[in-house]
Amino acid sequence: MPTINAGFALLSEQFMLMAGLAYVVAFCAYAWDLVTYSKTVRRGLAVDSAAGTVSADASRLVGVGASGASDSGAIGQDLGAGPLDRGVRPSSKTHSGSDGITAGDSMRYGKEKRRAARIAVAITVVAAVVHGLAVLFRGLAAGRVPWGNMYEFCTTGGFTVALIFLLVLTRRDLRFLGTFVIGLVLVMITAASVAFWTPAGHLVPALQSYWLIIHVSIAVMSSSLFTLTFAMSVLQLLQSRREASIASGKPDKALVMRLVPNALSLENMSYRINGIAFVGWTLTLMFGSIWAEKAWGRFWGWDTKEVWTFVIWVVYAGYLHARATRGWTGTRAAWLSIVGYLCVVFNFTIVNVYFSGLHSYAGVGS
Amino acid sequence: MRDDSVQEEQGKKPAKDDVELPRLGWVGMLRWAWRQLTSMRTALFLLLLLAVAAVPGSLFPQRASNPSNVTQYLADHPASGPILDWFRLFDVYSSPWFAAIYLLLFTSLVGCVLPRAKIHAKAMRSAPPRTPKRLSRLAEYGTVEIPAGSGVDAEQAVRDAAAVLKSRRYRVDVRDLGTERPSVGAEIGFLKEVGNLVFHVSILGVLAAVAYSGLAGYSGQRVVVEGETFVNTLVGYDTFTPGAYFNSDRLSPYSVTLDKLAVKYDRESPGHYGQPIDFTATLTTKDGPDAGARQQVLKVNDPVSLGGTNIYLVGNGYAPVVTVKDGKGNVAFQGPVVAIPTDGAYTSLIVIKVPDSKPKQLGFVGFFLPTALVDDKGVSYGSDPDPFNPQLNLNAYTGDLGLDNGIPRNVYTLDTSKMKQINGRDLKAGGIVLAPGQSYKLPDGNGTISFDGIKRFAALDIRHDPGQGFVLVFAVLALAGLMSSLFLNRRRVWIRTGNHPDGRTMVEFGLLARGEDHRLAGEAAAISKALHAKWLVPLDPQVEDGNRTPANRSDAAAGVTMSSKDQ
Ligand code: HEM
Repeated sequence: MPTINAGFALLSEQFMLMAGLAYVVAFCAYAWDLVTYSKTVRRGLAVDSAAGTVSADASRLVGVGASGASDSGAIGQDLGAGPLDRGVRPSSKTHSGSDGITAGDSMRYGKEKRRAARIAVAITVVAAVVHGLAVLFRGLAAGRVPWGNMYEFCTTGGFTVALIFLLVLTRRDLRFLGTFVIGLVLVMITAASVAFWTPAGHLVPALQSYWLIIHVSIAVMSSSLFTLTFAMSVLQLLQSRREASIASGKPDKALVMRLVPNALSLENMSYRINGIAFVGWTLTLMFGSIWAEKAWGRFWGWDTKEVWTFVIWVVYAGYLHARATRGWTGTRAAWLSIVGYLCVVFNFTIVNVYFSGLHSYAGVGS
Repeated sequence: MRDDSVQEEQGKKPAKDDVELPRLGWVGMLRWAWRQLTSMRTALFLLLLLAVAAVPGSLFPQRASNPSNVTQYLADHPASGPILDWFRLFDVYSSPWFAAIYLLLFTSLVGCVLPRAKIHAKAMRSAPPRTPKRLSRLAEYGTVEIPAGSGVDAEQAVRDAAAVLKSRRYRVDVRDLGTERPSVGAEIGFLKEVGNLVFHVSILGVLAAVAYSGLAGYSGQRVVVEGETFVNTLVGYDTFTPGAYFNSDRLSPYSVTLDKLAVKYDRESPGHYGQPIDFTATLTTKDGPDAGARQQVLKVNDPVSLGGTNIYLVGNGYAPVVTVKDGKGNVAFQGPVVAIPTDGAYTSLIVIKVPDSKPKQLGFVGFFLPTALVDDKGVSYGSDPDPFNPQLNLNAYTGDLGLDNGIPRNVYTLDTSKMKQINGRDLKAGGIVLAPGQSYKLPDGNGTISFDGIKRFAALDIRHDPGQGFVLVFAVLALAGLMSSLFLNRRRVWIRTGNHPDGRTMVEFGLLARGEDHRLAGEAAAISKALHAKWLVPLDPQVEDGNRTPANRSDAAAGVTMSSKDQ
């Protein structure tokens, strides 16, 4: 068993602190982006409606088809495509990227440059790199994978959330999630450092298994994906309320929400991510059972942690069903996605800390 | 396949009709109930109910995993405990209401899967649906114009298109050859639905295999002190839980001797000082009474397989070796006594029963400390799990141990109701405190007790589970089915061609997804590219872009060329 390298452990903590500070800056930049964006939107709207009154004829000639949209106060944003039923569900029909006034429902990058958002992403990259180093040195210090106790689950988990967010950003413009996701990463590493802090050390025998590497890493990755979809489902609920109120003729109060794609696009995107995460969670459950058989002699024993892993699995299975059940798509499915994530959080925090069971090696409290 | 399920729902009569039950009669009512049970909504409801029903099992102690905590809970909550027990909240996962939920769910599943499998089997054997009149209305649409003079007429073009689709693994059906508008219909992605069916059936398989593993297997526990041998017979076990199909000649008569249990503690990192980092048991095993002896190593996470069972190391602790001589000077007890560790410092409870001592039986209760320190009140406490300063602290009793009347007694507790305490901190004689090698003379000529040394014990779980291989197989099948169901796409493509009076050959294609398909646009672009390559037509950048909106220019333009001839 390799000896603990105290120097690396210290280095890891310093990196963690630096990463935390960088995330704070990135968080502010995302928030700044939201503020400047809603200003831009307001200006853009003013210009648009002015142009709309002057050259209404012209626009009809060109056939832009946006006439009348200014009355409802949601120019350019395709809010009408609500999830009435699956019949109107788009297959791959995507709307264009951001036009600078509204978010593109395809969640692809638009031509508009959002300086604040770019800065925010750049800082997130720096923070994630430093965070990655912190995780790496924690692992090197202990001579094993850095996910053996709550502190390490939280810090490594936070890192995967940031990493997966950045990876998704390379394909899709999800920068509107920035404050939310980076805020969550901040919460995670703060909680880890304040409430769960544990010095680098060896693992108890029950955890010394290659299944730790497989089972926990997949659990952490799936949870990170669930984190993204949680954020999207919350925004979906807000957006669909806004859509309903705009549709009933009320003025658009939350201009910031123009930064966010329409509810249907959010729903579809989170469905796709949840599908991947559900497969990941199924693997977590299966690998966990195989490990349990090796460690405790039975593959399933309704231990508290097993119960909650099962509950999460069933809730997300329910979510996938809901998307195929009439009357359960849209808002109700979003609620299921949120409930599922709350179970994930509950499983990770309350169950680890307060419930006793065979899994109680989280390294807290003792 | 989402379409099917929704159509099924939509095809149902409105709820109002359902209320008029009497007219349906018995058969009608059963049909109605069956339809309700197998609807997606019921499945969803039952799934969510299952999730909710599983929760109490994590809130209340469960008999199956922790019977002593249940006893404790009942003792602590004399009023609410029995009520909770009546609702089976201490046996959630074997309770009738939990079973009712999952049995209903699985009935619903069967009722859902069978008809779908039938429909799908038919779909797989029938030709792709007829070509729609207006392809431009489909989710994805595009055109290719083969220039005049290329020698490809409408009929040839349709055959080429079919070949292109076939090479993309579509099932194709060329139709309307010899008419003005030949076309090809194609379909792909049947595995998506197959995956869905495999997934659901495999879930059922998992349940069945779990049930089988509970019936056919057995498990038992045995505590073995260093030097002791466990023989795999019924009497060799401390506790034994057979499945319903168990039969004792299934036990293979192997033997296991615990030679040594080596334990290593963390002495390095300050935050984890004294935490165990390694348990290694060295065993001498024999496959049968006459078989040769083998050396095997047993570790946590690394069971030993023997005679169709797996042996797991699930616990460990100290067994102080003591000798008790009775008042007459005879050795009434000698040997290691298993002490149950209660904390990380291995502060261990110990009970010694000496039924053979004369004239009266003797009993001792106390604790063993591997490394004893004394606090300012003079009370010893354990401070480290390694035996740096071992100490045995005992109270002694004389009288009737209550063992003779045949009532089974827990070896780890002492019933002192018919006994008289002769040693204790509050008594004149004081408590017994022994270091290894020391002995103590009991008051009133009751004899002596000596602490001779320390051994370690290992708690072993022995399990035989013939069902778990099946569980694994079904779980892997379920996973494969799930992945094909979630990640494959079922698509239909139609391509129609026509000869333009000016000599060009016009080709239009349309794609339709069944269910959600975010890659349909990409598929349309790929098909377009393949068609262009087939006829050596340069690719129009507009068509290559998969992100066109339905009402954009290129569609409209293409619509003019084709639909003018279509209708
Ligand atoms: C043990 C209970 C069940 C579990 C764990 C379960 C789980 C799942 C999961 C994870 C999916 C999504 C993956 C996929 O699309 O194949 C799914 C889909 C589906 N399930 Fe179930 N299911 C259960 C019971 C049922 C029952 C009782 C029914 C019928 C009443 C049903 C009908 C369906 C259908 C139709 C789909 C396809 C939905 C789609 O096309 O997206 N399931 N199920």
